[in-house]
Amino acid sequence: MNIKIVYLARLREALGCSEEMLTLASASPTLGDVLAALRERGEPWSYELGEGRAVRAAINHEMATSTDALVHAGDEIAFFPPVTGG
Amino acid sequence: MQRMETDMRISVQHDDFDVAAEVAVLRGRDSRVGAVAVFVGTVREMNDSGSESISEPVSVQAMTLEHYPGMTEKALAKIVSDATHRFNILGATVIHRIGELKPLDQIVLVAVKSAHRGDAFDACRFIMDYLKTQAPFWKKETMAKGAHWVDARESDDEAAARWQLPSDR
Repeated sequence: MNIKIVYLARLREALGCSEEMLTLASASPTLGDVLAALRERGEPWSYELGEGRAVRAAINHEMATSTDALVHAGDEIAFFPPVTGG
Repeated sequence: MQRMETDMRISVQHDDFDVAAEVAVLRGRDSRVGAVAVFVGTVREMNDSGSESISEPVSVQAMTLEHYPGMTEKALAKIVSDATHRFNILGATVIHRIGELKPLDQIVLVAVKSAHRGDAFDACRFIMDYLKTQAPFWKKETMAKGAHWVDARESDDEAAARWQLPSDR
């Protein structure tokens, strides 16, 4: 299945990518599976999206609370640093 | 820009805003209103953020605000909606600017109207505290030595936690 991935702010610059389509083998992947697939690419993905890095995610414009959140075909997943507005 | 039942106005815009004009629109001709609380956030010239790479205050030449189009308006509407459920308020306006700003520029406006001051004060602070940790905006500061992304502050998570809301939902 295919999903759209969006990268924002510092993460977009660090990865040199603002958005892409990603194909996942699993039929019912979680947000954690998406992260794992991206980390498998190696640097800079494995570092920037690695454990311990301050990365937040949104699924279809809603803040994600857990890497167990389910991802569906056609979803828009965004990865970004902690927000700093206001 | 959206208008909803609870007299909610949300705007994410490049242009500056006129605080007096926004307050006048928010108040309208609503004679139930006895209080309007207003918060305006502005760009400071001296950076004293907790960024580990900066130990001394440094002069900021410009600040660029990025957001996540599509999510930002929804996140702000949810914050105002939560405030409406939590406090006895009659309406609210939230305006957040994006793009390149300079020291002294206005960044954000939160204005809340209610019958009595307590709800207006509390809801105004709640909306700002919550916006700081939940609305997808990012600041990049440009100094003489170059530009850097502003780090999130733990104190912002603590401020949001005061309202017993999880900072990462």
